Amino acid sequence: MRIVVQEAPFDFAAEAQGFSRGLSGMGAVVTFSGLVRDDDGRLAAMEIEHYPGMTEKAIRAIAEEAQARWSLGDLLVIHRHGLLAPGETIMMVATAARHRAEAFEAAEFLMDYLKSRAPFWKKELTADGAEWVAAKDEDEAALDRW
Amino acid sequence: MDVLYFAWVRERIGLPKERVETSAATVRELVDELRAREARYEAAFADLSALRVAVDQDLADFDAPLAGVRELAFFPPMTGG
Repeated sequence: MRIVVQEAPFDFAAEAQGFSRGLSGMGAVVTFSGLVRDDDGRLAAMEIEHYPGMTEKAIRAIAEEAQARWSLGDLLVIHRHGLLAPGETIMMVATAARHRAEAFEAAEFLMDYLKSRAPFWKKELTADGAEWVAAKDEDEAALDRW
Repeated sequence: MDVLYFAWVRERIGLPKERVETSAATVRELVDELRAREARYEAAFADLSALRVAVDQDLADFDAPLAGVRELAFFPPMTGG
């Protein structure tokens, strides 16, 4: 299991390839990456604030829960903070399992929990000013299925 | 104890972290103390349903006891991923 919280960009393809190497007995790797989305062409940048210390602790707890629920060969979470431009990669998860169902489910579980339980806050910066992204009720509701 | 603020809570209170001496027994009691102190705290804590709290870096609720707590943090619902 590897958890990385960093400001610097990372190479998604290289990380995905590195993750897939050296796995033993695993038949499935699922990767997900989240990008800075510009809905209407007005986004100048996204600023991501986090809670150093708690961030790593919270992600580790979520990852350990995923490992307890599914039989995973390995698991990776990378999440950035700081100032990001539209289209930049914010974060990624990767899961490895014997079969794809487990790898997909574990990746979805990680994403649902990272969204609402890891202490990150997104702020959208546009020409008109800055606005904190509000948490959505559906993101909270997504946790109920687990 | 150290009290930390994040996102718009930090902006409304005007600082990221402060040392608070209190005899409040619970998070809720401390919030009431702060709200009575200055308008910027009242502005940040007006609607507790819009806030989350972490006690020693674990999510907690507003009735959590403060005895022995070293670090308290207030922030809006998280928007990671």
